[in-house]
Amino acid sequence: MYKLWATIKKDTSVLLRDKIGLTLMFTMPIVLAIVITTIQNSTFELVNNNKVPLLLCNRDTGDAGKQLVTAITKVGMFDIKQVTENQTNEQIIDRMHAKDALVAVVIPANFSAKLSANAKSISNKALTNFGVLTDSTKATSNSVEPLTLYYHPVLQTSFRLSVNGALRSSLQLVQNKQILKSLYFALNQKELPKDLENDVVNENVPINEISVSRDGSRNIPNASQHNIPAWTIFAMFFIVISLGSSVVREKLNGSFVRLKTLPTNYLIALISKQLTYLLVTMVQAVCIFAIGIWLFPIMGLPKLNLPADIVGLIIVLLICGWCAVSYAICVGVFAQTQEQANGVGAISIVLLAAIGGILVPSFAMPSSFKYIMQLSPLHWALEAFYGLFLEGGKLSDILMNIIPLLIITVLIQIITLWGLKRKNLI
Amino acid sequence: MAVMNTTAAVSIENLGFTYPGQSNVCFANLNLQIEAGERFGIFGPNGAGKTTLINCMTGLLSFQEGKLSLFGQDIAAHKKETNKLFGFVPQDFSFYQELSPAQNLEFFGAWSGLNKQTIKQRTTELLEVLGLADVRDKQVHKFSGGMKRRVNLAIGVIHNPRILFLDEPTVGVDIQTRNAIIDYLKELNKNGTTLIYTSHQLSEAEELCNKIALIEAGKIIAHDTLPNLLSKHKENGLEELYLKLTGKSYRDE
Repeated sequence: MYKLWATIKKDTSVLLRDKIGLTLMFTMPIVLAIVITTIQNSTFELVNNNKVPLLLCNRDTGDAGKQLVTAITKVGMFDIKQVTENQTNEQIIDRMHAKDALVAVVIPANFSAKLSANAKSISNKALTNFGVLTDSTKATSNSVEPLTLYYHPVLQTSFRLSVNGALRSSLQLVQNKQILKSLYFALNQKELPKDLENDVVNENVPINEISVSRDGSRNIPNASQHNIPAWTIFAMFFIVISLGSSVVREKLNGSFVRLKTLPTNYLIALISKQLTYLLVTMVQAVCIFAIGIWLFPIMGLPKLNLPADIVGLIIVLLICGWCAVSYAICVGVFAQTQEQANGVGAISIVLLAAIGGILVPSFAMPSSFKYIMQLSPLHWALEAFYGLFLEGGKLSDILMNIIPLLIITVLIQIITLWGLKRKNLI
Repeated sequence: MAVMNTTAAVSIENLGFTYPGQSNVCFANLNLQIEAGERFGIFGPNGAGKTTLINCMTGLLSFQEGKLSLFGQDIAAHKKETNKLFGFVPQDFSFYQELSPAQNLEFFGAWSGLNKQTIKQRTTELLEVLGLADVRDKQVHKFSGGMKRRVNLAIGVIHNPRILFLDEPTVGVDIQTRNAIIDYLKELNKNGTTLIYTSHQLSEAEELCNKIALIEAGKIIAHDTLPNLLSKHKENGLEELYLKLTGKSYRDE
């Protein structure tokens, strides 16, 4: 036992002298977590809280134009700046170049008249089909001049599609009202009653948004809940830079040679490295979580909420840390030089993070990657963390993520032992 | 065939070794006996097989044929036990330069099987004797070459080994450090440690060794006390004898 303790002391002292490695291990993931969370949080806020600035030019003088303006206002996702109807399209475009707005909508001059005519035509068609009207010649077609939607090129496709959908929904509301008015008039020869019109406009089927958490809580996941677990995993695996190099350095500086002549099995050294660096990964996780809980709110970022199952979280952290440490030792055993260990280690972690869903969400990946991602330990670690942080799950809910992670870890250990045996190091 | 003697510090019988994947045989039927308490020097040109022979004796290389025993214990069958019998001072600095001499001695002492109390006591003794007491807690990478050599030696003897293998222990050091190391090695030998030493410093070998073996192309071409060898070959010094037996041509490996 004293041999193991002395080896842990030695490994800890060597690690504490490696200032660059320590800086990389702790600073890099913290900076990444802060930067990525800040960026993603602003996106979340843009969607959830902020409004998209929109220039609205209503050149129509009729009711339908006004109703459309009201409907667009009620959507709630736009910060509407109305411009006078005499503004030219070029002037509107210039204002968009000046970043006055990201989106502009122009309602054409004869919008109400054409929409009304179109509604009348559709209602006549319907009445003819119902057999109420016999003269089909009354169902003449009238095309409505399109609304014009200008958008700034910086607006991402997903945003543009959201804006388009919101406008289409507003337009549909106005069109339906016109058709209903027309039908009502044709059948009753009088105007649609106001209360019925209000019912048509306001009585939409409500949509309940519910986050499918396992613990029944209705907390909406924020950028911190997404990013902190992801970058914690990344940080843990980035330990390869320090640990992989440490193993190579030990091989190259002759210490290995002396160790092989001593009456102690090299497995003690491997166990010591695993315990020492496992502790480092735990400290990394505590640091990053602490920043998410206490520093993020001060910086105006959403606070990280720890999962209810803290024991489950600790177990996942330990398994994830063990896998990261095993991988780093494996890289160190097979690398010939420190440069190889650093290069291969860093690039492979970025690749494993990419295919594991840390850099790009797994749902956004091509279907062929859905199988490849299962080879990445970071994928299983991320799924386990999301199960706890986002879904409010317990340890039992994420067993199917932990088991593959454990299998991968054991495989890495076997490969490492084989490598050591092959190189006559154990 | 050599006569086996269980009291011999090292007994090599019909040793055969070839590096894996290579066709050239390094040793074939090599026999050698080194008695306990000897200061034994192994010399020869580059590529002769000195380091390979020491690596076989320390178990760093696994030989294919023959038998090699340390104090009667077969190193192939009892590696862990035989590893306790010897210390090794490699030519390269084989320790952690990020650590201090005291930290290195604590770690290697533990791996040599010593307990905490013994390590503490031996660390104080060794650092004092080798002139490193004032820098016991300083990082080794800031040390001079001579100081590093002494740290390398201290680690090799922390567990009071019965045999000490030394591969060029004084290479690259000044006269003062060389003398201090040689004096310390003689002192160790007086206390019963068998020294097995290899070097290209023949004047140093004359001063230290009481028995030598000259090795050439994997074969022992001379093996006796220095006076006997000089008398037999009618030479005045080890350098002349060495050149006479191994020739003057380059030995590029």
